[in-house]
Amino acid sequence: MTADTIYALSSGSPPAAIAVIRISGPRADAALERLAGRLPEPRVATLAALSVEGETLDRALVVRFPGPASATGEDVAELHLHGGRAVVARMMEVLATEEGLRPARPGEFTRRAFENGRIDLAEAEGLADLLEAETEAQRRCALAMAGGMLSRRIRDWQERLLASAARLEALLDFSDEGEVGEDLPPGWQEDLEALLSDVRRALAAPPAERLRDGVRVVIAGPPNSGKSSLLNWLAGRQAAITSAIAGTTRDVVEAPTGIGGTPFLLVDTAGLRETEDEIERIGVSRARASIDAADLILWLGRPNDCPAPQKALLVQSRIDISPPDSAAEVRVSAETGAGMDDLVALLIARARALLPHEGEAALNARHRDAIGTAEACLAEAARIGDLLLKAEALRQARAVLDRVTGRAGVDDMLDALFGRFCLGK
Amino acid sequence: MNRDFDIAIVGGGHAGCEAASAAARMGASVALVSFARAQIGAMSCNPAIGGLGKGHIVREVDACDGLIARAADHAAIHYRMLNASKGAAVRGPRVQADRRRYREAIHRLLDGQSGLTIVEGEASALRLEGRRVAGLDLADGGMLRARAIVLATGTFLGGKLHFGMTSCAGGRVGERAATALAAQLRALGLPLSRLKTGTPPRLDGRSIDWAALERQETDARCWTMSPLSDGRAAPQLFCAITRTNARTHDVIRANLDRSPLFAGAIEGIGPRYCPSIEDKVHRFADREGHQIFLEPEGLDDVTIYPNGISTSLPAEVQLAMVRSMPGLERAEILQPGYAVEYDHVDPRILEPTLGVRDVEGLYLAGQINGTTGYEEAAAQGLVAGLNAAAWASGAAPILFDRGDSYIGVMVDDLTLQGVTEPYRMLTARAEYRLRLRADNAEARLTPKAIAAGCVSADRQAHFRRKQARRAALEEILAEPRAAPALLESGIAVRDDGVKRSLAEWLRFPELDGAALVRVEPLLAAYAGALLDEAVEDHRYAPYVARQRAEIVRLRADEAVRIPQDFDYAAIPGLSTEMVERLSAARPTNLGAAGRVRGVTPAALAAILVHARRKAA
Repeated sequence: MTADTIYALSSGSPPAAIAVIRISGPRADAALERLAGRLPEPRVATLAALSVEGETLDRALVVRFPGPASATGEDVAELHLHGGRAVVARMMEVLATEEGLRPARPGEFTRRAFENGRIDLAEAEGLADLLEAETEAQRRCALAMAGGMLSRRIRDWQERLLASAARLEALLDFSDEGEVGEDLPPGWQEDLEALLSDVRRALAAPPAERLRDGVRVVIAGPPNSGKSSLLNWLAGRQAAITSAIAGTTRDVVEAPTGIGGTPFLLVDTAGLRETEDEIERIGVSRARASIDAADLILWLGRPNDCPAPQKALLVQSRIDISPPDSAAEVRVSAETGAGMDDLVALLIARARALLPHEGEAALNARHRDAIGTAEACLAEAARIGDLLLKAEALRQARAVLDRVTGRAGVDDMLDALFGRFCLGK
Repeated sequence: MNRDFDIAIVGGGHAGCEAASAAARMGASVALVSFARAQIGAMSCNPAIGGLGKGHIVREVDACDGLIARAADHAAIHYRMLNASKGAAVRGPRVQADRRRYREAIHRLLDGQSGLTIVEGEASALRLEGRRVAGLDLADGGMLRARAIVLATGTFLGGKLHFGMTSCAGGRVGERAATALAAQLRALGLPLSRLKTGTPPRLDGRSIDWAALERQETDARCWTMSPLSDGRAAPQLFCAITRTNARTHDVIRANLDRSPLFAGAIEGIGPRYCPSIEDKVHRFADREGHQIFLEPEGLDDVTIYPNGISTSLPAEVQLAMVRSMPGLERAEILQPGYAVEYDHVDPRILEPTLGVRDVEGLYLAGQINGTTGYEEAAAQGLVAGLNAAAWASGAAPILFDRGDSYIGVMVDDLTLQGVTEPYRMLTARAEYRLRLRADNAEARLTPKAIAAGCVSADRQAHFRRKQARRAALEEILAEPRAAPALLESGIAVRDDGVKRSLAEWLRFPELDGAALVRVEPLLAAYAGALLDEAVEDHRYAPYVARQRAEIVRLRADEAVRIPQDFDYAAIPGLSTEMVERLSAARPTNLGAAGRVRGVTPAALAAILVHARRKAA
């Protein structure tokens, strides 16, 4: 049997000291070799610089467990990363683009361990209970996130998809009995395209993770522009060290906080400058990576220097000691508190647009993965002329959506078909 | 009469005949028991064989050296390829068959089969030793010893006929019902329920105004149901089309209270896709008319089968209804339509061999399992016959799956989901439809059938010749060509500078079989079914490859066996509904468990854990 290679974050949710990503399957070694540049000795923790196409992702401990003497019985690779959210998220993105790799489904490592006889019976006994608890937690989680909106939304899509599939199948299975026409009924293509654009709209909506993890606000700018002071003021605590010395902040500092009931993840970064200091240089490169991953940037430097103006809020800091700059959108002083109310109001307003709206179905990464595939199938069904291939693309789309909510089969499609048509013979 | 056989088959319909022949081809000694020898191979309903999904099944049974396709070709008086304008995967070969010629062909094939004895008589009871088959008691006091029995009793089990508001016991008009057997099955604890099916009134062709009607001629292309058949064996007739109208519907509506269906006399559930005309008019009140096909029943037979008006209304209402339609104003009814109610067994008690799970040596095939249609019955007969013979000789079961055939789809649907209405095959039921075409049934199944040992030497030779020709054809298709070579032959492909084999070029819609021959005249030698099959194989190759990955996953899950005494109720996390469905269907493996309706992936994982624990 040829199995897919799967990967998942196997440690708790970041931020944490370290984060362990586990890869299992026939392509685990290949993926590890590509990231680390070489294959480490089996079962020896090895320090490696992980990079992809010249971009350094992290310096991390990697461990390789060749199958069958591994947790799953297959080739396994573990990446012990620095536990920052950005690092983990970027690594997951990189793995997603690896050929032959896909995210693991819940319980899939355990399932493989079982299939390969790697888990003993005592462990096995507990698993059924565990699995149920897991789905119950997922159910509650989904309910909390979208108030059941997502399931309703997907059910609506499934019904529309089923109706389209049923009309098409009627054409394939009954056209010669004289009760249905030879061609797709009027409105069929329009219905499918309406569904496709609804699915696309949902994919473009703000992701659910932001509700849980907070809107990522990255405070960036040149050294000594007051970034850490601003972070501390907004977080309401001394999360970052501040001093008058330029280059005090060398790493990325993250501070989850709620402001006005809106969740934020505030990120302080090293000041951007060219430097000879090895450690500071790493900090600057991390700062740039943070800026890339930011939902919103508070830019404390000159407006023209801002690296990502489309998602930046131009802030002039330290107005207690500098003349006002008319190009800034808001002027503040963390020292005196001047302008802070304006900044908070602006932050909340900008964040609102980035968060899932009340009563709107928000998608998490797993949903987005499935719905993204469904979107591709629907687009194919809309584009292709051959009725058989249209039907095949719709079948694939149904199967993918079914995975999000549970399952439905051919029988549901037939129920929809016979409820709608009068078929002869 | 007392005799020893390996296998006894009860019933001489499509299921019984295929079962008897299949078991005998496997080398078993077989008794085929039927009420009346002359009725063996009778077509009791529509005189047509094949259709969408059904034509696929006919070809599959034929690929396993079954009877139905060859008999259909001998009897065919009208050929029609349904969905001819659509992709090959949904094209359905269908013929109108002359009843007498069909029966003759079946008799000839059965008579020519060594190891097969026809026993005329009524099967009155199964002879059991504990829960193991030992033989069959006959109503005349005789007994047949047999290690396995295939029940293929059709609608005869507890059969009841309804003509208007009067009813009587019987399976087909003028024949008896097998009431004693039904009582024994009930006593054995086999779950029985009622289904119904109907027939239209038969018309006298001499009283129809054919000139007023639209005609449908037989197909000009000379294809056959079986590749072993030699062209058109019988003269070809035309069919005609008429329609119901507002007057027809008024007649029906005014008399609904006289239809046993609406007056509550019929408790069985009928098929949604083969509804009675009362049903259609009642449920689709907004339709102005329904198309009715007038199909000849035979060459020297004046009987016409009006396809689309099956009914159980009183005879005089049927006549008024018929005469309201164009071309039928003076039509005479030879035999009024009637409804049949019958017992069927919940097929979830069957294994994928169609063997009853807890009665060793007992197999069920055909309408007794809740299906409708000759083709569905024939395929089940094949499966039951092959497996009864395999079991009797201690060989491994011969299984079909969803990835290799419509037969596999049907057996899986029946044994896992059960039926809520008579089960009819549709191409929509097959998720791997692109691969399961009617034209590649031999490639899919004949090697498997040869391995099982049910294929005659003649057909094996035919298959080897065909394979050799196909290999030669593939060599030609494998040669690389650049776009200009195609453009020269008038095929408007885009020249992207890439050289492709002709097989790869076939993925472009601009190319078809005829265009291929223009590019490469050598291919003319293969024109016809063989080239068509190759064209379709290559055209859908990328999609089939994608589906193959799904099938690999399916088969991996199917490798995980679930013990038959598995206690689903003891698994934490399964809902009561899931426990009920799984306990009724008793899937034999994890893949099958996942297809039972309502079973979630999380539940499947829990089942896996427990199955492993039990196996250890």
